[in-house]
Amino acid sequence: MKILYFAWLKEKTGVSEEDIHLPDGVTDVAGLVAWMKGRGPGFAEAFTDEAVVRCAVNQDHVDGAHPVTDRDEVAFFPPVTGG
Amino acid sequence: MIRVQEHDFDPGAEIAQLTVGNTAIGGVCSFVGLVRDFAGDGAVHAMTLEHYPGMTERQLEAIAAEARRRWPLDATLVIHRYGRLEPGDRIVLVACASAHRDAAFEACRFLMDWLKTKAPFWKKEESADGARWVEAKASDDEATRKWAENKDG
Repeated sequence: MKILYFAWLKEKTGVSEEDIHLPDGVTDVAGLVAWMKGRGPGFAEAFTDEAVVRCAVNQDHVDGAHPVTDRDEVAFFPPVTGG
Repeated sequence: MIRVQEHDFDPGAEIAQLTVGNTAIGGVCSFVGLVRDFAGDGAVHAMTLEHYPGMTERQLEAIAAEARRRWPLDATLVIHRYGRLEPGDRIVLVACASAHRDAAFEACRFLMDWLKTKAPFWKKEESADGARWVEAKASDDEATRKWAENKDG
């Protein structure tokens, strides 16, 4: 699966884009976020405040209960501030 | 039409182009967003807009389609820039053309409100204290919710 990070999530994780295998036992966005927190200090810090981390699966906004599969494009980012 | 671009745009030329060949259009309502030189009490020297290529276009298309579903519009245009911008620079243009003004005014407001909370852009402001990511405003979420509850516009 493809994972993308934007704005301060990109800065804190130090990653803009990566390909990973769907971690064992992860079936939804909330599960993926929990797994992300265990990847190291940068990831733990980026995902500390889950209330301000937004997620898109295949370029649509989703919530934590949304399922994820190994073929998905998943993006993590803060609340948007365009316009 | 949706355009996401780094370079500037000419609002007058864009709005004129929107109505070419359609004399059933009675009015165009437009909004141009600019870079402010302040945030709170501090001065802003510049900002950089990051976006999510692919999702940005997809979300803007969906927002424009929703506007056309809610109001009788002859044309819609959204142009949004990314990259580094300075105070006074144009960020965004939204324009809606319709036979009657009410639809054009309301749809223009709707497009801006929805864009603010759904289009994946992020602003980083530069000031004397350094650079910082702009935080989303609760009032923007509230503006979007208002339209969600009022589905007929």
